[in-house]
Amino acid sequence: MVFEKDLNLDATELRLGLPGSSEESLRISNKRALPDMNDDSGVAAAKKCDQETAPPTKAQVVGWPPIRSYRKNSLQTKKTEAETSGMYVKVSMDGAPYLRKIDLKVYKGYPELFKALEDMFKFKVGKYSEREGYNGSEFVPTYEDKDGDWMLAGDVPWEMFINACKRLRIVRGSEARGLGCVV
Amino acid sequence: MPKRLASSLSDEVLEHVFSFIQSEKDRNVVSAVCKSWYEIERWCRRKIFVGNCYAVSPEMVIRRFPQVRSIELKGKPHFADFNLVPDGWGGYVLPWITEMAGAYPWLDEIRLKRMVVTDESLELIAKSFKDFKVLVLASCEGFSTDGLAAIAASCKNLRELDLRESEVDDSSVHWLSHFPETYTSMVSLNISCLGSGEVSFSALERLVSRCPNLRSLKLNRAVPLDKTANILRLAPQLVEFSACTYSAELRSDVFSNLAGAFSNCKELRSLSGFWDVVPDYLPAIYSVCSRLTSLNLSYATILSPDLIKLVSHCPSLQRLLVLDYIEDSGLEALASNCKDLQELRVFPSDPFDAEPNASLTEQGLVAVSLGCPKLQSVLYFCRRMSNAALVTIAQNRPNLNRFRLCIIEPNTADYLTGEPFDVGFGAIVEHCKDLIRLSLSGLLTDCVFEYIGKYAKKLEMLSVAFAGDSDLGLHHVLSGCESLRKLEIRDCPFGDKALLTNAAKLETMQSLWMSSCSVSFEACKLLSQKMPRLNVEVIDERGPPDSRPENCTVDKLYIYRSVAGPRFDMPPFVWTKDEDLALRLSP
Repeated sequence: MVFEKDLNLDATELRLGLPGSSEESLRISNKRALPDMNDDSGVAAAKKCDQETAPPTKAQVVGWPPIRSYRKNSLQTKKTEAETSGMYVKVSMDGAPYLRKIDLKVYKGYPELFKALEDMFKFKVGKYSEREGYNGSEFVPTYEDKDGDWMLAGDVPWEMFINACKRLRIVRGSEARGLGCVV
Repeated sequence: MPKRLASSLSDEVLEHVFSFIQSEKDRNVVSAVCKSWYEIERWCRRKIFVGNCYAVSPEMVIRRFPQVRSIELKGKPHFADFNLVPDGWGGYVLPWITEMAGAYPWLDEIRLKRMVVTDESLELIAKSFKDFKVLVLASCEGFSTDGLAAIAASCKNLRELDLRESEVDDSSVHWLSHFPETYTSMVSLNISCLGSGEVSFSALERLVSRCPNLRSLKLNRAVPLDKTANILRLAPQLVEFSACTYSAELRSDVFSNLAGAFSNCKELRSLSGFWDVVPDYLPAIYSVCSRLTSLNLSYATILSPDLIKLVSHCPSLQRLLVLDYIEDSGLEALASNCKDLQELRVFPSDPFDAEPNASLTEQGLVAVSLGCPKLQSVLYFCRRMSNAALVTIAQNRPNLNRFRLCIIEPNTADYLTGEPFDVGFGAIVEHCKDLIRLSLSGLLTDCVFEYIGKYAKKLEMLSVAFAGDSDLGLHHVLSGCESLRKLEIRDCPFGDKALLTNAAKLETMQSLWMSSCSVSFEACKLLSQKMPRLNVEVIDERGPPDSRPENCTVDKLYIYRSVAGPRFDMPPFVWTKDEDLALRLSP
């Protein structure tokens, strides 16, 4: 459901990376990253299509979920307070059934960021080399940049990274091979 | 002669005996025994509960029960909490207060829920009832701090002022200062819903320090930490307290002041509030944790590790309200530490996000159901569920009496099997024989309603959303659930047939709400004609239902039994079968 939101511009978009890879595999791994969400709606999707004429982007249904206004307001004020002052991005990991939100401004560079991600998701980033990407680890940090491309995290200077990064995804090493990197 | 003596003696004796019978239900039974018992009972009934303010008129209540001291009234239907009832629908308390002002000069308790209360009503209460003691306004609206000022100024013996979850307009009046210096009787004060401009700290401190019987104090969000500590030191006898903490860095002097203040409170059993709490301040409450029976952390963005630490200090906990930040791991810790837990409510921290914000799944609920043998009441928001988990929960906790599950995304199926949750909820109603309240969610077919109709014989309130395939679903519930009082349905394919077939059932229930379903206006009119003691209200802001094509379904439908007949305060968007429909159409 989430990826339905992404417009598929494969046909016309320039891609930096080896042909015949990256976008497809990442799309597939997107699906696997949130198996519960997608499997749930798999059966229901057919049903939903009959009912829904609304576009795939989620339109809020009035009074659903059933939460009282004072609760909603209390949560919302927290969100806006938090988000105006920091650079919050969502972080997900293949196989983990939940997301985290982190404030990129809090970290001074890649080492701190990766340490935080390792603590959060209990994995190891591995050694990085420009040529081979990440070695010696099962999981690899990637990020979606402002153009919607998925890139390997760690290539570009830190400042450039935090300004470009829209969200982070920790993918399985095998999926990340041939991922777009800045040349 | 002996007969008359005997009957007059037994009147007094009976009245004395009846005075021991407090429960509404028992009183109603007593009054139905015979005419003389009805007469005796009605003169000595002191407490009235009206579950739907439009089911009866104030005049009728006063005529039957001339000496009432305490009244509880409820107005709007439950789905008003989720903005499904348009503003101006009704639920006005003024007509009741006006009538009671004349008839019940000794009325001392008024409890209202989901009603529209104006400053005029509050001023009338303040003026009319000399010994007024208890005012509870739960989820009410329509009044301002002006009205509160009138209450504060006039009610010399006020013991309880509870504004839980009400909407109060700030009129910039320092209403707390209107309690005279001679006023000392406050026992319970709940002003947690008020905005920051509406409470003066110095007035609050003075009030607290001169009320030695104060047992329950729930302050609003704007009270900073140092003030919190001061107030606690002024009232160490508190049993219930709603604390608010600043979002600030830890300062050791503030911390130790707060910790010290809490440690003085030996009677403290219930804590809530915790807006903007900084986890570093949590250990300040550790000294009271071992005695806590109720904890409401549902406004606190504390993450799982801190929650686990906190919960491990609270072995006596009976009631916990919390956000999904507690995660499965936190619920597992709860299950192993809090063996007295009776009620659990888990709210979503990010309800509108498609993706989960925290690692909270069905596992957490299963863990609590396994570990907490006294668990009776559950309200649980989550994003995934399985039939297997529901069956496990049902088998382990047959003592559940309230089970409200909200799987956030409508029509979500069992994440393991892709099946609907018919079997899972079926297990709940089959095993939990004392279930009185149930809320369904997730993908559900007509089958689940067949189970509910078959097994849920004690069910009094059922909430249904985005479920079922056909009228059969509704029919199963209406024909099977013997104890059903309130049924609320939204976005289900239920229509005319089930409703008309079970018309008589509706008179045995308090109310039925149906919105975004498939009921036609024709059916509503027909039902209304068939059942004169039902008020059938079509709530439709799109215009007269008559003016639309015949097969067009009504937007919202609220049906309730009433001995008062149609109400006179209906707004333009409420349509009934009545002749005045014609009057309504003309400008």
